[in-house]
Amino acid sequence: MAMAPEPTGPAAGEAAPIAFEWSRLLRWDVAVGILLVAVFATGAGSTSDFASSSNLSFALNDIAEVGLIALPMTLLVVAGQIDLSVASMLGLASSLVGQLWDAGWTFETIVPVVLVVGVLGGLLNGWLVTSVGLPSLAVTIGTLTLFRGLASVVLGTEAVTQFPATYTDWVREDVPGTFVPYPIALFAVVAVVTAVVLHATGVGRSLYAIGSQEDAAFFAGIRVRRIKLVLFAVSGLFAAFAGIVYTLRYGSARADNGLGLEMVVIASVLLGGVDFNGGRGTLGGAVAGLLLIGILKNLLTLNDVTNEVQVIVTGLLLVLSVLTPRLVESVTTRRQSRALRAGDAPTPPPPSPRPGLSTRTG
Amino acid sequence: MNKSDSVRPPVLALRGVSKSFGAVRALRDVSLELHAGEAHALAGENGAGKSTLIKTLAGVHRPDVGEVLLNGEPVVFHGPKDARDAGIAVIYQEPTLFPDLTIAENIFMGRQPRRSLGRIDHRAVRRTTGELMRRLGVSLDADRLARGLSIADQQIVEIAKALSFDARVLIMDEPTAALTGSEVARLFSVVEALRAEGAAVLFISHRLEEIFSLCQRVTTLRDGRWISSEPVAGLTEDDLVRRMVGRDLDELYPKQQTTIGQVALSVRRLTREGVFRDVSFEVRRGEIVALAGLVGAGRTEVAQAVFGVDRADAGEVRVDGRALPPASPTAAMDAGLALVPEDRRQRGLVMEMSIERNIGLTGLGSLGRGGLVRRALERGRAADWAARLQLKYNRLSDSVEVLSGGNQQKVVLAKWLATKPSVLIVDEPTRGIDVGTKAEVHRALSALAADGLAVLMISSDLPEVLGMADRVLVMHEGLLVAEIPRSEATEESVMAAATGRNTHSGRAA
Amino acid sequence: MTTTLQTPAPPGASERSSRSLVDTVFRAREISIAGALVLLVLGTWLTNHRFLSEQGTKDLMLNASILVLLAVGQSVVVITRNIDLSVGSVVGLSAFACGTFVSDTDRNAVLVLLLGMGIGAVCGLVNGFLVSFGRVPALVVTLGTLYIIQGIDHWWAHGEQINASEVPEGVLDLGSGSVIGLPYLSLIAAAVLVAVAYYLRSYRSGRELYAIGSNPDAARLAGVPIRRRVLTAYVLCGTIAGFAGALWLARFGTVVADNAHGWELTVVSAVVVGGVAIVGGVGTVWGAALGAMLLTTIGSALVVLKVDPFWEDAITGALLLAAITADRIVNVRMTRALRKRSARHGHGA
Repeated sequence: MAMAPEPTGPAAGEAAPIAFEWSRLLRWDVAVGILLVAVFATGAGSTSDFASSSNLSFALNDIAEVGLIALPMTLLVVAGQIDLSVASMLGLASSLVGQLWDAGWTFETIVPVVLVVGVLGGLLNGWLVTSVGLPSLAVTIGTLTLFRGLASVVLGTEAVTQFPATYTDWVREDVPGTFVPYPIALFAVVAVVTAVVLHATGVGRSLYAIGSQEDAAFFAGIRVRRIKLVLFAVSGLFAAFAGIVYTLRYGSARADNGLGLEMVVIASVLLGGVDFNGGRGTLGGAVAGLLLIGILKNLLTLNDVTNEVQVIVTGLLLVLSVLTPRLVESVTTRRQSRALRAGDAPTPPPPSPRPGLSTRTG
Repeated sequence: MNKSDSVRPPVLALRGVSKSFGAVRALRDVSLELHAGEAHALAGENGAGKSTLIKTLAGVHRPDVGEVLLNGEPVVFHGPKDARDAGIAVIYQEPTLFPDLTIAENIFMGRQPRRSLGRIDHRAVRRTTGELMRRLGVSLDADRLARGLSIADQQIVEIAKALSFDARVLIMDEPTAALTGSEVARLFSVVEALRAEGAAVLFISHRLEEIFSLCQRVTTLRDGRWISSEPVAGLTEDDLVRRMVGRDLDELYPKQQTTIGQVALSVRRLTREGVFRDVSFEVRRGEIVALAGLVGAGRTEVAQAVFGVDRADAGEVRVDGRALPPASPTAAMDAGLALVPEDRRQRGLVMEMSIERNIGLTGLGSLGRGGLVRRALERGRAADWAARLQLKYNRLSDSVEVLSGGNQQKVVLAKWLATKPSVLIVDEPTRGIDVGTKAEVHRALSALAADGLAVLMISSDLPEVLGMADRVLVMHEGLLVAEIPRSEATEESVMAAATGRNTHSGRAA
Repeated sequence: MTTTLQTPAPPGASERSSRSLVDTVFRAREISIAGALVLLVLGTWLTNHRFLSEQGTKDLMLNASILVLLAVGQSVVVITRNIDLSVGSVVGLSAFACGTFVSDTDRNAVLVLLLGMGIGAVCGLVNGFLVSFGRVPALVVTLGTLYIIQGIDHWWAHGEQINASEVPEGVLDLGSGSVIGLPYLSLIAAAVLVAVAYYLRSYRSGRELYAIGSNPDAARLAGVPIRRRVLTAYVLCGTIAGFAGALWLARFGTVVADNAHGWELTVVSAVVVGGVAIVGGVGTVWGAALGAMLLTTIGSALVVLKVDPFWEDAITGALLLAAITADRIVNVRMTRALRKRSARHGHGA
């Protein structure tokens, strides 16, 4: 009988335990992780100051803003979207912090106001993408210009400095007893939360489905629009927050803070193996990509490698990150099809007998 | 009339061709000969390998083993362009047009008539398009964009494309599926004229009477294997069906007797402007209701509006007496509705996701607490339904891409049955899957109905409609035109309603 | 052939009116951008007549020329459903290379242009090869080459700059000279614009670029050599960017490694404002050129109108969003109208 009258119970699930799959080691995100460890080891061995806690603290803090923005960006890219406006939102947030501080607001009021602006900016992106139905690339190129423009409208070419030490210290100091600066500790917490959301919740599953086949996700009853809208809002929120951190860390609010940073964020995420076309990638990979770029930059600087060369290295890594998986894939398929042509391909098992069919002729 | 000349080599032929995709063997040692002035039918069930065979002739696929012969000489087509340059025109089941370009450009892309310095002669392009349209007896404007054309009009553009380069071989993959009676008649007279001038025609249709009225020879495929090639004359429809199916038909439609219960789905005056109007019907528990009609009659659109994927302009949908909010698939699911969509690869499944995750996708809220997904529950849900539907797989963590079409369809069914629906809408549930799995899907549907599920089945496969349905609803050009009880449903009565005819009349040839 | 058919026209056959509807909507983009440009120029001129003085007009044209060139090149790529983010870096590299090449020599301006084009072509070839044969997403690859080319440029320049005094007169003349009030630079940009527009309209390979962007699967079935065409589009875009770099040297004389830094997004904005769809298949280089002129003119107008120049970016961004939103809404409306229209005819038959 094909249709059992009742579910066979949870036993069916236990029959197939979740085994470790060795093929996972061949994945790009794992490779980036290994590369990260290798670079770290090389650095520690060859460069004297590299592994010192003060240097690590510095190197880590240098990627705080990029990291905070990269977390929601990873979710967006997995869902097949992109937000190019993040660095401009960072600049806008920085301008607002400066202008409002200049106007005598307390920091406790400035922070929520700036974060609300971030959410609103994100909602604008999300609304244009989900309700108007525009591609996120075009929309966020527009808001990239818009937000950066608003940032200069707010603050012009001024720079506001003189922020209270209570706050600037917070972003510069390490968590007591560690070499981890507070912003990075926060990043770590958010990263764990994001990883859980992406890899262990229904929302995460939905993001992958939306990214690989939006139609199929929609037909499965997933609230595609709402999820995308929330993602863009969260992206705006984190960009604004990163703006506050950036301003305090450098002790300077400027409209052009973080100019071009969106490229670094996207480079980190993609380098970590998150597929630009959506539907593939892991948060661990994105974090590995981020750390790799940060550590490489630090290591090259320590070795007096010029900034120009660092830029070239970043570019090369980015191209390789998308090219290598494709090359591996095409080599594999070619080998497979050659095997098929040669005729020694494993014959698929013959369709197994269909019990019950022959007796059902009535 | 040209008789196929046994001395002259066939215009186009396949010899011993095999083709595999991954583990799926689409064609095994197939041979076929197309002669000038002859219309050749290709018969076979869905999934028999017809589409692969066509794509091999069209230069889209290259055979793994065997060869393509042009005028008796082996050739290798490196791409569709090579095939086209050899005079082979293909009209695919789904038209392949450029929505942003004009009709004229669509017809002549890559082959535009040129004037000096290699420049495109736009005037000639437009004029020739006008001539082609006149020859086809239609009044489509050459400068109109292809976006928004009806399927029938898109098909016309495809035919004009084939006419425009005086094809020596014309291949048509179910060209009539979306056409009305008069459009089919017009198409056939064009094909007849081409054939009379010496073109070879390869014709695929699931309407057997069309094969008999248009073609001289027929080749049958089953499960990717060549079964027979023979003259149509002297063959009966029953003979042909037996070659296609390879077993008695009764086995395919294991319809169980059920007790029909209360109304589960009720649709009232549902309208989506320009697509369908004023559609009302009910489906009761334990009942399988078929929604028949030609492709493009609006059946899929009705299903999508019922499920809330598309927004209806007017009307009401009730499930178990409760009205559904408009345009919300999530609400429809909560109310107990499930939709197995027609386009399995685009809408039914996330192809690169694993079996277990695809099945879990409809139950993300119920696989753990607080929005978390427990992998064991996810796997359990998948394993349970895979067993019940006799899914053939290696591991539940394999991506659904590696499954055969039939097993993919089972995953889609599993995904929806796992939501324990009270109403199941299935859109073309057995399109493109092999005969064996087809019977299993039918058996599953039948058993589900016997358990009290209300099933609405959209199908273009008439034997399936007649074999499975308790009641047949027929749509024609966006209207529900007939409701036929099982006892009165015949091929004739359903087709007559589907093509808008009142009485059964012979098809113009 | 002698096929004669007497069947009446099928339902759904369109008539003149739906064509003109479609046509109007698609032409509307170029017309409305041109209209906005004229209004902007007129409005600014009414407030301050100096805006259209001889020098003012010349400045307007000079400012627009290089962006127009880049927008034309970028359109060709965007039409094929791709993007080239490396153009800004290519301009920078080409300008610096050309500057080094002519520094303290009296080399011919034509040689400089050829050098610029050559450098651009090589960059375009790399991009095109990676995108078409490597089958990797265009945005990512060209973001990578943006970095690489920019890095090479900076590494080479090493913080040095080339001054106008080192550049031969012949080259500088090219950037500042004019005939009957029309700067050479603008004439060159116009010539490139016309040539590319004519190529896209009147050559098979040009039309095939649209086919690829509109429906890549159908393009493959129609026998379009997709990879070769996409490669060509990138080479063309790169060549034009390299050319623009040489002209940059001619126009400004002073060249640093940072030239045209960040221009890639301005160029893409211009293209999108001009009605070239980022998803490919739609739009003309005329529209893109108009978009580029609109963006540069806004900048100049703000100065003349004494509006805080800080508003320029904000206005540009808002304009881009407004343009694509309007486009989308019109499109949705039109599709719905067509659907209802064809339904009426269909059911009437």
